[in-house]
Amino acid sequence: MSHAEPSMDATVDILAEKAGSSSLRRDTIRNVLRQRSAVVGLTIMSILFLVAVFAPLIAPYEPNTSMLDLGEPGSRGDPPCIHLFGCPEDEPQHLMGLDSNIRDEFSRVVHGSRVSLQIGFLTVSFAIVVGTIIGAIAGYAGGASDNVLMRMMDVVLSFPSLILAIAIVTVLGTGLTNAMLAIGIVSIPIYARVMRASVLSVRETDFVTASRALGESSRGILTRRILPNSLTPLIVQGTLGIGGAILEVAALSFVGLGAQPPTAEWGFMIASDRNLFFSAPHLIIFPGIAITLSVLAFNLIGDGLRDALDPRLNR
Amino acid sequence: MTRFIIRRLIYSIPVLIGIVMLVFILARVIPGDPCTATYGEKATPELCAQFEIRYGLDKPIWEQFLIYLGALLQGDLGSSIRFGRPVTDILLERLPVTVELTVVALLFATVVGVTLGLLSATRRNSPVDVGTMVLANLGVSTPVFVLGLLLAFVFAVLLKDTFLALPPSGRLSPGVTVIPLAESWGLQELSGAPRSVLDFFSNIYTFNTLVTGQWETFADAARHLILPAIAVGTIPLAIIARMTRSSLLEVLGLDYVRTARAKGLKERSVVLRHGMRNALLPVVTVIGLSLGAFLSGAILTETIFNLTGMGKTLFEAIQGRDYIVIQGVTIVVALAYLTVNLIVDVSYAFLDPRIRLS
Repeated sequence: MSHAEPSMDATVDILAEKAGSSSLRRDTIRNVLRQRSAVVGLTIMSILFLVAVFAPLIAPYEPNTSMLDLGEPGSRGDPPCIHLFGCPEDEPQHLMGLDSNIRDEFSRVVHGSRVSLQIGFLTVSFAIVVGTIIGAIAGYAGGASDNVLMRMMDVVLSFPSLILAIAIVTVLGTGLTNAMLAIGIVSIPIYARVMRASVLSVRETDFVTASRALGESSRGILTRRILPNSLTPLIVQGTLGIGGAILEVAALSFVGLGAQPPTAEWGFMIASDRNLFFSAPHLIIFPGIAITLSVLAFNLIGDGLRDALDPRLNR
Repeated sequence: MTRFIIRRLIYSIPVLIGIVMLVFILARVIPGDPCTATYGEKATPELCAQFEIRYGLDKPIWEQFLIYLGALLQGDLGSSIRFGRPVTDILLERLPVTVELTVVALLFATVVGVTLGLLSATRRNSPVDVGTMVLANLGVSTPVFVLGLLLAFVFAVLLKDTFLALPPSGRLSPGVTVIPLAESWGLQELSGAPRSVLDFFSNIYTFNTLVTGQWETFADAARHLILPAIAVGTIPLAIIARMTRSSLLEVLGLDYVRTARAKGLKERSVVLRHGMRNALLPVVTVIGLSLGAFLSGAILTETIFNLTGMGKTLFEAIQGRDYIVIQGVTIVVALAYLTVNLIVDVSYAFLDPRIRLS
């Protein structure tokens, strides 16, 4: 009997592969690219990434340097000055004008892309890791631990997320890291629920039963058999979550609980230049567009992935 | 049906206890002790010992929790550190502002969202559909505070002297006042809980002026509500429009709809009477789930439009580190959220017999 074992193990691998096979991956990519909106999302995201990576090359000024320190002319909330559109050549060019501290708004918006992408990815990664662990334990162990863990998740979900995040930040203390942590904590339940649901459905499949029959440990089954097959919904949810995280951290920064001066974070930039709004609307509009576009990009990609992976919607 | 409601009520008890415990724990682990927070530099050990006895902070933590729970059951949320007033009083005065804003935003989001979703689904891939979906995608991606500020800029600055001009802040124009309901109805002697309820409704200006027929004041209050309501309602509106569209498209592909068409019913009746009835079920859930978005939006919007509701109260409490108020607002909002979700669940079961029977 023992000589049959390796081949059995290989069979299990093949079976497991079938459920989440590479051809599915190829189909998914093809299905995503077939959707116009997802392609738009991917394009915006790529541009955003390039801007973030090459921020120091794109931005004409340091994000936190005031024109006063450079000895250049300009005053609070100056409107955009673009040479191409008729701004006198002898004035220094500021594509998005100057902010309330006489800093180049364009440079700050460009550098803000780094902050926002970090916010999105770190916050969601944290929530996915913790949520996946909780969901996996709840789904695989079942019984009392399932009940206790999921009721805890229900409690977190029974708060409007921004309000709970505000409460958490007041406990942890103000700051961008704590704001991200708070939004991360608040989004854990979504991933825990997604993970639990897929564990429950994968747990009963034949290849998991086969692995168990072959004596694979619970941890092995969870990490090698169940997790790879639960990734799809987690990726979809996570992509949508990145947009949400960027929005909510910006909101926390807006109420003064997130990014602190002089960080070039879009939400915080809007909050700090709010008083100048009626005379210098560009200080709200440009960072506002930046937030909207980045959130839009992840939402479109997330929707595209979900539609591509949902066989009911395959055309 | 009754059994379903009872079962659903019982399910929410552990969550309810969890909410209270979580808020209690959060309030206790806030850095810095409340005595120094209250008295600042004047805090001496003697004063602090007195303070701890007065607020029961010298007792073991579980006893404090029970005392807190007991007070909560009697509707006592403690007193604001900054204003010295009971939190319940502050909330009774300010909650109506948020309730009014949320209800108007909810109506706006639902009516416009369902209509747009219906139009998109019946004219699939037409310019109307594409336009609506592009706007819906932009709508969910725009931060509430950016939208609010932009609306204020467009309608109060750019359109200032046109008939489209709308006020960017406050609830009423200067000089306009609302007569409290207690006064209009001659109920000044009323006190206790009935009076609180009356004052609560009295502070919902549009309701107050509508029932007492103060038409000009009503128009003024309503005008002040338009911009904040659009700001709060846009994200849920976009979600509702998308949900209505996809849900209606799914239903319209089902066999019974084909049957309805085959027997020669008018398209209008197929869509509205057969399609929409079933398509609205998921929309109801989405509306319930959006309540979080409404409340979060209200908090941000109130600070922009200078409306003294829950959001502004919370915002000010955060700035002033008024923990008791933060705790009170959080708990009231969470309870409201829980209640509405309960109502949504029940109405869902009411609309779909399969749920209450399972």
